[in-house]
Order: sequence, then C-alpha cells, then structure tokens
Amino acid sequence: MDFFMQLLVGGLSTGFVYGLSAMGFVMIFKSSSVLNFAHGELIAIGAYFFLIFVTWAKLPLVLAFLFTLFACFLLGILIERIFLRPLIGENLIFVIMLTVGLAAMFRGLILLFWGGNLYTYPDFLPKALGVDRGIVHIPPVYMATLIIGIFFLIVFGIFFKFFSQGIYMRSVADNQRAALSLGVNVRRVFALSWAIAALVAGMSGVVLGVINGINVHNLSAIGLKVFPVVILGGLDSIIGAIIGGLIIGVLETFTGGYLSTSLRDVVPYIILVIILLVKPYGLFGLTEIERV
Amino acid sequence: MADHPFEFSPLAFLLLRVAFMEEKLLQLNNISVVYSDVIQVLKGVSLSVEKKQIVSLLGSNGAGKTTTLKAISGLLKPENGAVTEGAILYKGKAMQNRSPEEITRNGIIQVLEGRQPFKYLTIEENLRVGTATRMGKPYREDLEKVYHYFPALRRMTKKLAGYCSGGELQMLVIGRGLMAHPELLLLDEPSLGLAPILVREIFGIIKRINEEEGTTIILVEQNARMALKIATYAYVMENGKIVMEGSADAMRENPDVKEFYLGMSLSGGAKSYENVKSYKRRKRWL
Ligand SMILES: Nc1ncnc2c1ncn2[C@@H]1O[C@H](COP(=O)(O)OP(=O)(O)OP(=O)(O)O)[C@@H](O)[C@H]1O
Ligand SMILES: [Mg+2]
Repeated sequence: MDFFMQLLVGGLSTGFVYGLSAMGFVMIFKSSSVLNFAHGELIAIGAYFFLIFVTWAKLPLVLAFLFTLFACFLLGILIERIFLRPLIGENLIFVIMLTVGLAAMFRGLILLFWGGNLYTYPDFLPKALGVDRGIVHIPPVYMATLIIGIFFLIVFGIFFKFFSQGIYMRSVADNQRAALSLGVNVRRVFALSWAIAALVAGMSGVVLGVINGINVHNLSAIGLKVFPVVILGGLDSIIGAIIGGLIIGVLETFTGGYLSTSLRDVVPYIILVIILLVKPYGLFGLTEIERV
Repeated sequence: MADHPFEFSPLAFLLLRVAFMEEKLLQLNNISVVYSDVIQVLKGVSLSVEKKQIVSLLGSNGAGKTTTLKAISGLLKPENGAVTEGAILYKGKAMQNRSPEEITRNGIIQVLEGRQPFKYLTIEENLRVGTATRMGKPYREDLEKVYHYFPALRRMTKKLAGYCSGGELQMLVIGRGLMAHPELLLLDEPSLGLAPILVREIFGIIKRINEEEGTTIILVEQNARMALKIATYAYVMENGKIVMEGSADAMRENPDVKEFYLGMSLSGGAKSYENVKSYKRRKRWL
C-alpha cells in the first residue's frame, strides 16, 4: 500500500508538470494552429536559466525562480518576433518545420555551453514542505510542484476569464476572422501565447530539473511527451492537457513501479498510438458546438 | 474684385472644397479587387457615403457586395485579396490595402456576414472583444449601451454564444460592433435567415443606432424591401460593378428594382418566376 501511494503521488506530481507544460503547447496551437516541436527545448532552457541564476549568480531562491520565468517569457516573445512573425500567412507546414529547426538550434546552443553533462541544483527545498502522515508521504519537491502548479492555474484562469487581453486571446483561438474584424491585434496575441508557453515550459523545466537533474537530452525527451499528453487530452483543450498529463504521469510511474523501468518511457507512446486509432480528437478535444 | 462680386477667390474655393469633402465620409474611386493575384471580382466600383447616412448596397449572390465591404475594412488581406486599382478615401485619407487593425482604429467596423460569434465565449465576453481597438477600457458604459439597444442580450450575459439562436446572435454581433465606437459601421446581410418579425425589429434598431449614435452605416442586403425602408441612398451591384444608384425613394419606384428585388412584376401583380427569368434574359444590368 505504501509503495502504491508513493507511486501515485509521484505519478500525479510529474503528470501535473507534464500537464502544465502541455498547456503552453496547447495555447500556441489554439491561437495559431502551430505545433511547436521546440517544446522540449523550451523546457530545457528553463531548467538551465534557473541553473544560471541559482548556482552562478547565486540569487536567492524565489528571485532566481522569478528571473527564470521572466527570461523565458521574454524568450517566447523574441522567438515569435524574430522567427515566426515573418512567416505569418505562409503555409503552416513551413512554420512547423521552423519549430523543428529552432529545436535543433536551441539544443545545439545548450550543448555548446554546458555539454551533455548532468547537473543538479543545490538542495534548496525545506524539508518541512513535505507531508508525512500515515500512508500519505509527499516529498518536498512534489509539494512544491503542486503549490506552484495550482498557483499558475489560478493565475491563468483569472487572466483568461477576466482580463481583456486574455479574452482577446481566446477570441483569436475561437474565430480569427471575427477577431480581426474587431481590430484585435492578432500578432500580439501570437506573441503572448509564445511568451506564456515558454514561461510554463520553463517552469516545468525547473521542476523536472529538481526531480531528475538537468541534462538537455533528458529534458527535451521529456518535452516530447507533450505529444502523447495533448493527443490524449485533445489538442485544443487546456483542461485536457492537465488531465492528459496526470493520466500519462500516473501510468508511467505505475508501469515503472510494477512492470519494468525500461517500459516506463514507452508507455506514453503506446497510449499515443492507441488514442490516435480509437479517439483521434482525444478525451477533451473540441466537440464543435453545432448550434450556429 | 469690386467689379466681380460673385467671383470666388481661390482660397474660398479651396475652403468650399474642403467643407464639401468633409461631408463625404467615405469614397470609393473606381476600385478593382483581385483575389489570389488572378481572380478579379470588383471591376471599377465607385461609391460615396456621406456622414450619418444609411447607404444600402443591393445585389444578387456573388455580385461582390461582401468583397466591397472587405475592401473597405481591410479584411481582404487575410483572404489573399487586394485592391489593385483605384482608391478608398476615408475622411480624405487613402485607406486601401491597410491592415484591419489600422482601419478599425480609424472607426470603421465590419459586422461579418453569417454572424460569426465567438462560440466558446459568453455573450458578455463576446461584447468585450469589441473593445480591442482601445485595449479594453472602458467597457461598462458601452455594455449598458448595447443592452439598451438589445435588451434581450441583458438576460443572457453568461450564456455561451455557441448556444444562442440566430436572432440573438445577430443582435450580439451588431452589439459587438457598437462596442468599438464605430463611426462607419458595415453591416453584411443582417437579415440573413431571420424570421420577418425579427428582421423588422433589427432594422428598427439599426435605424435607431444611426439616428441616436450618429453612426454612418453601409447596409448590404438581399432583402431590398427592408433595406430601402431605412436607407437614404442605395447602390445596386451586379458582376462586380455598380449598375444602378439613387436615393432610396427613387429606387423603391424604379421598375427594375421592383422587378428583381421587391418581387413585383411590371403589371404590379405578384412575382412570377417565369416572367422574371425571361425579363432578366432580355435586360441585364451590364
Ligand atoms: N477569397 C476569395 N477567393 C476567390 N474568390 C472569391 C473569394 N471571395 C469571394 N470570391 C468570389 O467573388 C465573387 C463575389 O463574392 P462576394 O462574397 O463579394 O459576393 P456577395 O455579393 O457578397 O454575394 P452573397 O450575396 O452571396 O453574399 C464570388 O464570385 C466569389 O466566388
Ligand atoms: Mg456576401
């Protein structure tokens, strides 16, 4: 029972991280129909930014984290400005190929600076953050993940529900022509969705770095799991991304715990194939409102 | 000078011209529109709209009415269309081929054909998108204004637009346009697919918006009877050209308009499809 609980907690927490980062992926897809193949690299970049701020610049923890988020946000805007904006209006396949190129470029840059070594953050999380009560045993990392994740969900929820810019972003995802007819700045919406995507990816990178260590190959491989997650949840559903993440995370740790560790990383892709065969729009994919 | 008391100095002439141009809010001078570099849809369209007028643009399917509106609002661009010849002057400023963002900021708002709500946004959120030209603020008063014209919307502010009826949606999209404080509102077939009683109600509201807000309106319609009731001036399009124009009163009495758009045969009886067809074969507005 103890082992089961341990796996469940571990699975739900990593799954939550997958879900959060997938949310960024979905956001880009919803606003501009672009599949971002550089998602894993954005996750890795977040982890390395935090490494810079914490171990090199020796900033206090919270400040380092905020700097990381800010740097990722800016990077997202820059990516859109420099690489994607010139391609607006071009065939979508070019844009998607561009993200493949970006992925290779970022991976190369990281390898150039850090090589393929495995880095770790100093142990900074206070032990008191963990929960240890009866059979429920939650390590500090997972508690931190949960708190940060829920905090961000609430912030984004408020942003998209109540703030004008959030509503404009949803309007572009919903009906781009109508949004244009009302003067919505679609380029700003694209830039913002890249910024937010890079931010949540970077945040996931930090958390994954704490859990698994920091290595560009590992982190970008984890980034690839965004595909099973969003296919399971439905490419265009934010809620689907979170729930898809949780499911994949739990299945992964259970496979690793009860079957074999070598099967662990394959499971998400087996699910990907099955979902594509039986339910191509995912669990929460757009059930088009057919009233109009 | 004293010998010629009626001679205008050049300056006075210029002033008069400026004053005259001031009256014309929008002018299309002989514009051509081409889609995808090869498909020519508008072939030299000219029209002008004065401040606070309701100008109606009539014509059958595929005549180029929607294309004309898109040329004005800048929405041709995302569809790979462009104004290749002629000029669009808005308050004397050339506007052809500018971005929709810039044009909407200048006060021209197009309400798209076929309603086009944001289905997954609530009624109120849909309306708030109408504030995009001024980055969201302020919007409370404007919501009140929209609910004042369309009281039905007030009762369903939290409802998803995807679940609203056609009539509610038409009110929604016009209201959404109003949120942007338009000086020139382009309405594309607001009567499309609505019951006659609703059409009357919505046209009544359009007239009120025009009178109370002072909004200039270009009204594209298939329903010529209703359109000519509230319009001051009308143009008829056919095959990418303007084939007829006149004051709404004159148009109502025009035999050709009566024949094709008001559904009356020349003898004044009910519309007969056979007659219309043969008449149309004899006389095309080209
Ligand atoms: N994006 C486009 N690319 C190519 N051709 C187009 C495009 N949009 C419209 N057309 C063509 O231009 C012509 C005029 O279309 P438009 O939509 O302006 O007509 P309309 O007068 O609004 O007709 P309706 O009353 O049916 O709405 C049609 O023949 C149409 O096929
Ligand atoms: Mg049309």
